Amino acid sequence: MLELKNVSFSAENDNGQKQILKDINLKIDEGFVVITGPNGGGKSTLAKIIAGIITPQSGQILLDGKDITNLSITERAKLGISFAFQQPVRFKGITVHDLISLASGKAISVADACAYLSQVGLCARDYINREVNASLSGGELKRIEIATVLARGTCVSLFDEPEAGIDLWSFNNLIKVFEKMHDTLGGSIIIISHQERILNIADKVIVVANGTVSQEGKREEILPYLLGKADIACKVLTANCEE
Amino acid sequence: MNNQELELLKMIADIEGTPSGAFNIRANGALQSRSVTENIDIREKTDGNGIEIIIKPNTKGEKVHIPVIISQSGLTELVYNDFIIGENCDVEIVAGCGIHNCGSEESRHDGIHSFFVGKNATVKYVERHVGTGDGKGDRNMNPTTVINIAEGGYMEMETTQIEGINSTKRVTKARLDKDATLVVHEKLMTHDSQYAETDFVVDLDGENSSANVVSRSVAKDNSSQLFLSTINGNNICNGHTECDAIIMDKAHVSAVPKITANHIDASLIHEAAIGKIAGEQLIKLMTLGLNEQEAEEQIVNGFLK
Repeated sequence: MLELKNVSFSAENDNGQKQILKDINLKIDEGFVVITGPNGGGKSTLAKIIAGIITPQSGQILLDGKDITNLSITERAKLGISFAFQQPVRFKGITVHDLISLASGKAISVADACAYLSQVGLCARDYINREVNASLSGGELKRIEIATVLARGTCVSLFDEPEAGIDLWSFNNLIKVFEKMHDTLGGSIIIISHQERILNIADKVIVVANGTVSQEGKREEILPYLLGKADIACKVLTANCEE
Repeated sequence: MNNQELELLKMIADIEGTPSGAFNIRANGALQSRSVTENIDIREKTDGNGIEIIIKPNTKGEKVHIPVIISQSGLTELVYNDFIIGENCDVEIVAGCGIHNCGSEESRHDGIHSFFVGKNATVKYVERHVGTGDGKGDRNMNPTTVINIAEGGYMEMETTQIEGINSTKRVTKARLDKDATLVVHEKLMTHDSQYAETDFVVDLDGENSSANVVSRSVAKDNSSQLFLSTINGNNICNGHTECDAIIMDKAHVSAVPKITANHIDASLIHEAAIGKIAGEQLIKLMTLGLNEQEAEEQIVNGFLK
């Protein structure tokens, strides 16, 4: 179980300090958790704090009861936290096979690496020896990024907007990938997303807005409220257009 | 040959035991062994300061190894090797130099390689430079490559200097005829207080000739590198030169690309980029469980692969 206690983070901007996260308290059990909420609400910051990329000014992070607040990115990765970036990183010279091998923590065969690529909808043979560089499209990189998390197979898998930049056809497969992860891997799968179809497969939904957890609960409880709100927002917009 | 020499030979030429096909192994300033084939002749030059490698026209699929090793501290040498590649050939030439210096004096190999690539011939030239040994004596290499490519010829040059060379000045001059192509991939890594200079001058003289000169380098510790690349477009032609360098620690890197168009239809591009390893690259690999040093190694090794 992943637990955040009183986590706060502020960053400097032109106008001085800006509070990004205010006193976040969360318990994330095993299962499928979707974090959603408006842009700029602090979701990505929250994910980076869990992965150890950003250090909060105050608060505690616990993984299965162990305080990991002061552990490095590497130490957290070794304890079983994986993170798929919203904007995947490019590497000159490192191939897709290299990256998946590094992710799995051992030299894996081409066949095994291909299996992960196939799961994310890439024709493996076309990609396995390609460099993870600017020659790959944004959507291809996103899928390779997801494959690296699959290859790690850890107890906490974090995905920051995995659907962004992925075409509709692949999106269907992506949902299947997450469902399969859910069934085979266990652990906590935490996805930051705005997509209704990803929200639809969540066990738990957390809404982060203005740096706080504004709502938290089972999908059945939260989703109707969120969608209702979206409906109201749409009606307001339509009304404005009609005027 | 002793173990160190055999090890060097493996590092620079992938040779274990006796290679097949044509080869000429030079060790400590003298011929160690040589083999020729029906199509590939290797012989001393008449002035005695090097060898000639003569490849008969239409030779296809053959490989020539001409490695040089030096394990004697204080040995310096200058050799001139000429490669005459006949029309319509398709061959691979593997050269390279390994210096193992345990002593206190400078060991140096200066090689001047001249290539005459015949009409419509295809040549792949691979050159690897390595230095080993913990002596105080410098391990230096100064290769000069002079390339002439006749009409329709194609030459690909892959040069690698990964470690252990204190000082190198690498000069490559090329002249291309009609429809000729030159592709260069240089990989270079310097560490400690090493110095490496590389200087390309390519003359695109022939109609529709083209050149692509790409250098990737990593400079670590207190080392310095200077990359010079000149492409002269003297006809309808395409030229591209690219230097991509990773700088680390207290190293220095200069890149000076120069392109000159002397013809209205010359199309020339230069690119040069120097920078440290991107923080997000390190972070990504750390989220996969690598520590910072391991992540750095993976990035550097990949970059120079």
